[in-house]
Amino acid sequence: MALDDRKTTDFKFVGTRPDRPDGLDKVTGRALFGADAYAPGMLHGAIVRSPHAHARIVRIDTSKAEALDGVKAVVTRADFAKGLSGEFSFVLENVMAGEKALYDGHAVAAIAASSALIARDAVKLVEVEYEILPHVTDVDAAMAQDAPVLNASYADASVPAGHHPNVVRYHDSGHGDVEAGFAEADLVIEDSFKTEATHQGYIEPHACLATLGADGKGELWCSTQGHWIAQKTCAALVGIETSQLRVTASEIGGGFGGKTTVFVEPVALALSRKANRPVKVVMNRSEVFRATGPTSSTSMDIRIGMKKDGTITAAEGIYRLQGGAFPGAPMEFSAMCGFAPYALENVRQVGYDVISNRPKQAAYRAPGAPMASFAVESVIDELCNKLGLDPIDTRLKNASREGTKASYGPRFARIGLVETLEAAKAHPHYSAPLEPGQGRGVSCGFWFNHGGETSVSMSLSEDGTCQLAVGTPDIGGSRASMALMAAEVLGIPYENIRVTIADTATLGYNDVSHGSRVTYASGLATIKAAQDAVAKLSKRAAAKWGIPEDAVYWEDGCAKPSGANAGNFDPLPLADITQNMGATGGPISGHFEATPEGAGVSFGTHIVDAEVDPETGKTAVVRYTVIQDAGKAIHPTYVEGQFQGGAAQGIGWALNEEYVYGEDGRLQNSIFLDYRVPVASDLPMIDTVIVEVPNPGHPYGVRGVGETGIVPPLAAIANAVSAAAGVRLRHLPMSPPRILAALKAKAHEG
Amino acid sequence: MKVEVHLWSGLRALTGGLEKVEVEASTTGEMLQALTASYPALGPVIEAGVSVAVDGRVIASSLTEPLRPENEIFLMQRLKGG
Repeated sequence: MALDDRKTTDFKFVGTRPDRPDGLDKVTGRALFGADAYAPGMLHGAIVRSPHAHARIVRIDTSKAEALDGVKAVVTRADFAKGLSGEFSFVLENVMAGEKALYDGHAVAAIAASSALIARDAVKLVEVEYEILPHVTDVDAAMAQDAPVLNASYADASVPAGHHPNVVRYHDSGHGDVEAGFAEADLVIEDSFKTEATHQGYIEPHACLATLGADGKGELWCSTQGHWIAQKTCAALVGIETSQLRVTASEIGGGFGGKTTVFVEPVALALSRKANRPVKVVMNRSEVFRATGPTSSTSMDIRIGMKKDGTITAAEGIYRLQGGAFPGAPMEFSAMCGFAPYALENVRQVGYDVISNRPKQAAYRAPGAPMASFAVESVIDELCNKLGLDPIDTRLKNASREGTKASYGPRFARIGLVETLEAAKAHPHYSAPLEPGQGRGVSCGFWFNHGGETSVSMSLSEDGTCQLAVGTPDIGGSRASMALMAAEVLGIPYENIRVTIADTATLGYNDVSHGSRVTYASGLATIKAAQDAVAKLSKRAAAKWGIPEDAVYWEDGCAKPSGANAGNFDPLPLADITQNMGATGGPISGHFEATPEGAGVSFGTHIVDAEVDPETGKTAVVRYTVIQDAGKAIHPTYVEGQFQGGAAQGIGWALNEEYVYGEDGRLQNSIFLDYRVPVASDLPMIDTVIVEVPNPGHPYGVRGVGETGIVPPLAAIANAVSAAAGVRLRHLPMSPPRILAALKAKAHEG
Repeated sequence: MKVEVHLWSGLRALTGGLEKVEVEASTTGEMLQALTASYPALGPVIEAGVSVAVDGRVIASSLTEPLRPENEIFLMQRLKGG
């Protein structure tokens, strides 16, 4: 469905900022999240987890736990499906270990008991005999020839010969002749970078309530970004037909990609089947850190050649990502996104997916892109410094535009990178003076965005209101955006549209709320469903007036005759049609189901000012501006919220957040006291500029905005901190000890 | 109808060194089928999930997108997100 030229500027509802329909429920505690569900006879689940990073499971004795009064069921891997392959087999292995425990916190058994306290006591009574094996948690160490082998069968055919079995996938792309390009450069900089794993850090832990009866029919309530994929995955893992499991998405207290898969849900279903009772499982924070998906940690080498005038002549990136104990680290996205902002004649990018003794990585906003951007944009910053070039002018000189051959191959359609750079250059922040000890950094970032399978259904009520059912969990204010788009088409007030997140039994399939797809894809489907309803409303008006259907048009919530020849009739409001719809042909509804494939890519540019205390190494971000192309902002407040959220999470990733593993391979900081996410006092006010370069693939021009905002921060902050400290920081997070070490090394050199 | 498909460099090992191949196809689905038939080693890669860019528009999963000989077609790794 292409951009609707008739409807790109003259909006009545789109672009306004009404209160979100779910806001009151959420601030008053009325909203029901994952842990808020209860059922008669409900049991409480608890998980037995490995304390070892890598160990063979020799024996599990559950007899003492089973004998404890109140324990109703114990499950191990034997209670799950057998013979799975591909991603389902990895997910099963992750939610319940088979022959080996592959990381600290890996589930090995689970208990259902009449109280949470009894379940936790029973966990201690499960006796697991382990044969401890050598472990590895660092990506470079995991690739070394002497590294312990996690699983010799995981590597696929893409991996060139000679690599360690822990290298499980390989990506290589690019075009031109990079060596010839480097030979043309006046300056070539080659540098290496590392980033540590960070967690998505959602406030709400994973939680679910599961019922699976002896008849093979199940119900699951869970906190998820995608209940259809949860349905499909859980059904496969417990060995039932997908259609026999109905999944309802609770309200969600944050996901950021980390709730696009399942962890406790299939375990709760298996426990419920065994106990023949509903089972609720709620993770504690330590379990969330130890056993749910953080990002990959990375090791990267970047080489870029530049002429004195700022023209980039060649670029090469090597991205090594460890993704925990299973294949899937998003190294191909690191490779494809790192250089995407730039028009390059000679470019090459290589990616390695490496397994290690850590929890299975999960998506985190623009998976793989922020780390690559950190490395690439740091080298560009260094080139600008050494050649005396303005960082924004240099990026503008090399910027990808419509028709540019992207670093990953295809040519870009209409894109808005140049507009974000021009807006950055014109922003007062960029020319504001810096205080002594402060530094300024800029960075660009890119993300693809996504469409995906989408179904939307709306029904009109007799009182002229609209019930809109979508299948994408609301993770960022999407109810408001959907209602605005429906209001725009129907021409009725925003408040008259009630948006419900439908369960898997009441709507067609919907892909996950990921890939910045919801406002794009569910929005497109909402517009089409509303247009479907409008066509039916117009038909009723035509019948009432006794004129042809094509002699009726819809405007401002009313059917109107299309001209003098159509007849002289007063406009017929929507409510006047619906109040008698039962007698004029029956209920009126609108539907749309499709896999929209026009998600437009998105770019952003960030400006950051930071200061560093040379005595302590403490860093403060003192000013931050996000400029990003949204295509068309449906609800500008929530677009700005996505921008600010990306910047806030990026500040944590850049400065403090880090999975710290001990020599024993155990996670050392599995609570928020030790794993430090930014709090309000760590953050400046984050200014935002919404650039609108319409996406040709959406009727209103929407581009997803949920992910691009976290791509530039790591580099922009690193460039600012490096400028403030007077030394290049190449390892994230730039925690005080790392900054002090860098300052000390610089003093030693100097 | 013949269409030209650009592969990412890492697939050269599976196509006898070719980074650009020609197959008979009029839709994205036919193109993927033809690639598997002509280069069986690509089968597992395609089965694992790929996206297709047609004149810069990224088709994440649809097998019914029409193709024309003049299209610039790239095979890409399956897009997903967070």
